[in-house]
Amino acid sequence: MELVEGILKKDKKTAARLITLIEREDPKAIDALKKLYKHTGNSYIIGITGPPGAGKSSLVNELAKKMRAKGKTVGIIAVDPTSPFTGGALLGDRIRMQDLTLDPGIFIRSMASRGSLGGIAKAAYDAVNVLDAFGMDYIIIETVGVGQTEIDIVKVADMVVVVLVPGLGDDVQAIKAGIMEIADIFAVNKSDREGADKLVTEIEMMLDLSQKEFDLKPPIIKTVATTGIGIDELEAKISEHLSYIQNKGLLEQKRKEKTREKFMELIKFHISKMIFQEKGDIIETLLKDISNKVIDPYTAMEKLLQSIIKGE
Amino acid sequence: MQGERTIRVLIAKPGLDGHDRGAKVIARALRDAGMEVIYTGLRQTPEQIVEAAIQEDVDVIGLSILSGAHNVLFPRIMELLRERGIDDILVIGGGVIPHEDIPFLKECGIAEIFTPGTPISQIIDFIKNNVKK
Repeated sequence: MELVEGILKKDKKTAARLITLIEREDPKAIDALKKLYKHTGNSYIIGITGPPGAGKSSLVNELAKKMRAKGKTVGIIAVDPTSPFTGGALLGDRIRMQDLTLDPGIFIRSMASRGSLGGIAKAAYDAVNVLDAFGMDYIIIETVGVGQTEIDIVKVADMVVVVLVPGLGDDVQAIKAGIMEIADIFAVNKSDREGADKLVTEIEMMLDLSQKEFDLKPPIIKTVATTGIGIDELEAKISEHLSYIQNKGLLEQKRKEKTREKFMELIKFHISKMIFQEKGDIIETLLKDISNKVIDPYTAMEKLLQSIIKGE
Repeated sequence: MQGERTIRVLIAKPGLDGHDRGAKVIARALRDAGMEVIYTGLRQTPEQIVEAAIQEDVDVIGLSILSGAHNVLFPRIMELLRERGIDDILVIGGGVIPHEDIPFLKECGIAEIFTPGTPISQIIDFIKNNVKK
């Protein structure tokens, strides 16, 4: 089946194949994405992030079940790390999502990070568009287990749930920058364990001391993914947040910013690629002169720019 | 610019079989050989395995079985793949499988059966030489 037609007909095999082509940077994928673009923008995109072992996959599993119970369809992109040494990856998020495999309203794709350091795979951005055009009501992206600064998820998601667990460190951890600042909702998972209430208090304190003006102060929800505790509330808060940002026009604004950022990245990527291809010789010559102190890098840059402008 | 071709493998444990040490060792070895390995956990039905293979668009399905039900479960998986129109996934099996059962399993479409004691390098080479996509 032709790629675009297959996606619009909700054929999972085609969606899976297109995502593979995206991962391989195959030109056929770009052709399909061009045609699918006008069919995107209808899914809510939810990012789930947090440290390794926090229970992200189990929470995604439970959340997706709740969304399905409300008649919504759900696409899931679960990212796990690629080994920087072998290029291989062990993708194990599906182990926690076995209940969902045969649900016709669910599509799960495991994705290896393949060298991206921001917590999600480069191909995830376009994979989201595939599932969006496919017609999924919700798309959940589960990041790799993150530390503190892998926050690329904000570049793709409409909202972010940060999953934390008790016992990861003292309250200084909560003051640190990075993932703590991108949460629209906090889920304190494994909250049947000791220290859960203390963690909730610490997050509350961090939020109270924050100078940031919240449109909506991030709620903190205690969950136990393995037994389903708190999942109803989490799902309710997610819908609440999404309707709030939609009604206030914040969602549209956020998506415009994301579109802008994505387009800027695309321009930068292709322009620099083009310059390196076309002006490779000049760059090398200038580089030699810079090393030999014949010219300084700033003047060299100006020379290069002039040659590009004149050349066009 | 075309990205490097990465082999994607689904390692699956069909049926009622609670032991996955072997499956995990294979998964780890294939990962170290540069492959992307999706492991789906214990007690999978043939339907679940085939659906996961489709959504993950894998090149290879590796079935690990120790329960003795291979003569039922392996053919069923091959049948489901055919029903879904899939003929470009390499399916291999491993585990406690008597030698006399192997010809039948190959007839059903399993490309190779690896029994205990097989060097892991042999499995890696077989996959690299036989992926169909």
